[in-house]
Amino acid sequence: MPISLEIPKKMKVLQDQAHQVAAEVLRPISRKYDLAEHEYPKELDMLAALIDGMNDSGGQGASAAGDAASKKPETEEKPDDGAAKNGANLAGVLGVTEMCWGDVGLLLTMPRQGLGNSAIAAVASDEQKERFEGKWAAMAITEPEAGSDSAAIRTTAKLDGDEYVLNGEKIYVTSGDRADLIVVWASLDLDQGRAAIKSFVVERDNPGLKLDRLEHKLGIKASDTANFILTDCRVPKENLLGSPEIDTKKSFAGAMKTFDNTRPLVAGMAVGLAQACLEETRRILEEAGVEIDYDRPANAQSAATAEFLELESDYEAARLLMLEAAWMADNKKPNSVEASFSKAKAGRSGTDIALRCVALCGSIGYSEGELLEKWARVAKILDIFEGTQQIQLLVIARQLLGLTSAELK
Amino acid sequence: MSIADQAMASGLKALNRFAGADVVDRIGLREPAEKLLYRATRNGFQAANAAGRTFAAAQKVASPARQSKPRARDVFDLTPTDEQQMIVEAFGDFAETKLRSIASDADAACKAPQEVLSQANELGVAALGVPEELGGPFEERSAVTNALLTETLAHGDPGLAVAVLAPSAVSSAISLWGDADQQSTYLPEFTGENPPAAALAMLEPKALFDPFELDTKARRVGSDFVIDGVKSLVPRAEHAELFVIAAELEGSGPALFIIEAKADGVLFEPEPAMGIRAAGTGRLKLDAVRVPQTALLAEGSADAYAQCVRLGRLGWCALASGTARAILDHLKTYVNERKAFGEPISHRQAVAFTVANIAIEAEGMRLLTLRAAGLADRGTDDAEFARVTGLARRICSQKGMQIGSDGVQMLGGHGFTKEYPEERWYRDLRAAGLMEGALLV
Repeated sequence: MPISLEIPKKMKVLQDQAHQVAAEVLRPISRKYDLAEHEYPKELDMLAALIDGMNDSGGQGASAAGDAASKKPETEEKPDDGAAKNGANLAGVLGVTEMCWGDVGLLLTMPRQGLGNSAIAAVASDEQKERFEGKWAAMAITEPEAGSDSAAIRTTAKLDGDEYVLNGEKIYVTSGDRADLIVVWASLDLDQGRAAIKSFVVERDNPGLKLDRLEHKLGIKASDTANFILTDCRVPKENLLGSPEIDTKKSFAGAMKTFDNTRPLVAGMAVGLAQACLEETRRILEEAGVEIDYDRPANAQSAATAEFLELESDYEAARLLMLEAAWMADNKKPNSVEASFSKAKAGRSGTDIALRCVALCGSIGYSEGELLEKWARVAKILDIFEGTQQIQLLVIARQLLGLTSAELK
Repeated sequence: MSIADQAMASGLKALNRFAGADVVDRIGLREPAEKLLYRATRNGFQAANAAGRTFAAAQKVASPARQSKPRARDVFDLTPTDEQQMIVEAFGDFAETKLRSIASDADAACKAPQEVLSQANELGVAALGVPEELGGPFEERSAVTNALLTETLAHGDPGLAVAVLAPSAVSSAISLWGDADQQSTYLPEFTGENPPAAALAMLEPKALFDPFELDTKARRVGSDFVIDGVKSLVPRAEHAELFVIAAELEGSGPALFIIEAKADGVLFEPEPAMGIRAAGTGRLKLDAVRVPQTALLAEGSADAYAQCVRLGRLGWCALASGTARAILDHLKTYVNERKAFGEPISHRQAVAFTVANIAIEAEGMRLLTLRAAGLADRGTDDAEFARVTGLARRICSQKGMQIGSDGVQMLGGHGFTKEYPEERWYRDLRAAGLMEGALLV
């Protein structure tokens, strides 16, 4: 069948639904929660219930971050004929893109759609899945001394009878204060390196889990970012996700596997944000009398047009790289490199596009009267979390050049 | 379904011409490349190929023949068809074994050896866009297939790729927009044993050239057109027997005209450039060239002209994309082998990250080009086709050049010498953002 890079009709329906939600629910409260940092966006409860309903009925259009990663690729009714499939991963990135066209921070704090939910869905046993069903789960990996090098975490878990005892400090836990559960990464044995790192489900109201503070941030203020101290935090040993064995052969791969699925979703966030910036900038430029002609040479048009075309071409490349990575995942092709392509390109382009759109629109872009300045603040995080730009380049370079992490540090 | 069955099913004729392997085997090793010094000393304009053949219809088709468009399945999919896969493999082999090895000599000589052109013709390149009824190999016309082919040839060498593909731009234009008489007159020659050299001449020598505002003018005199103007960087201009040229039709707008090289007033002079030198670029002067009414393609349709501009740009995008991948592939080996400070330079982030960035941007260039070509094939949304083509051109020009520059940079001093192909790719890639016409996917 011919190569096609168009969104199929089936997916367009989901895309339209998500777009409507973003336009009707997220955009109207976007500025409100940017100004009211740490205030819970209660409007989302209704939306979350709606999304739960859609998920239960098999829909997936408006589902939020992490959701696609948690679902098995949709299998079509007809038997496998070798033809390409468009499934949950593609639907996931499209949904996220539309929602983030609405508001990135609000999407990140969508109840029951946390990164911890993805982790539970990916590695939990059936018993655990049942036990944690319907709960909102956040993810706690980063520590003050362990950011990109997540294998260097110092939080420990010691088995004591039927419980693990957790001690350490976790920072930058998205939705940490609002979630019901926190999936905490901790080491069973610091001497055994990354193979000993396991994830543990901690109830938010566990007395050993103390909220240290909420961060004040550059953007995504609607989403709370919590820092925790774990002091003799006891969790039932049934709350360890995956196998308690320390298998040095499997090493870290299992834990990192989640990221192959989530990187294209974060790319989707940047793509959605960039799309919002470009749409708004086009409107403002057109009001200022700037015309954009795709047939005439850029250099024969205005400087603003030429710059806009450049930004739009980066946006389109990022979008297609995201779709490629998701398509590969849906068709069970190894996509680690392409997932990082999409995250790296969308992360840096998102920031570049947002910042230059602000400048193109002058004081209109810079002032709080429009959302452009907010998007430009938000964009930066998308080039940082789920693996910074530099980490993506490392992942890509090591694989392309066949180098180990010892060779290419 | 096997490739052969698939080919039968899709009505693919002349499968053997494209299967490639036997042809490539038969072609054997190249003879020592001719080292003809290009006539860099300009003698001014000379009469163009006066010995060019006479084009006449042996048999006329009743109505213009067109290839059908590929049927799209409503699924996002990057898997090439079996037919496309076969073309990429056959021509990939040709590009690596035949083009790459002579690229440096051809660049220096400003000339593509006849032998290589003949080999490409044996593979049927000149007739790719010709409808099946008129002897072309494919039932369907696919800009995606043509983009894949262009990319594949460019991976071998972009300059030679332009020389090889130039005639197909003309045969494609006449296939797409020619009427029955124009098709009957010109197309059979392209499907024969010895297809003519031909070129689609659009670019003009001026800054900020805009193909929608041409200095080349066509006026009506009696029932004829008289055309005046200058066309720049025309591939193999010296050898071309047939041109399709872009000219502003008085009182109408930009349009395409078929001009035979031996017409009075068609003059040429060499125009060697920074790169794409193997294509033997020349300047074409049209000095009151008188052509009959039947020279006008598509009755001067503005839509057809805009399509031609876009499909040409996509040709250059595919060329840049293929070149970018050639650079990436070469660098992957080089940076692992080259040692500095006691270890391969690939162990340094400054080097490794540059390679990673080349990979990211090259993939973006490829996807944008393929998406635009796919929209051309669908033909249902011209505005979107125009938009994505504009974006593809922008990114292929900008990132393509960055990749060309980074390629040389990664090799340091070695990159600046002709010991390695990077300096040539650097020169070639600059063309992608400024060329118009010459190629057509």
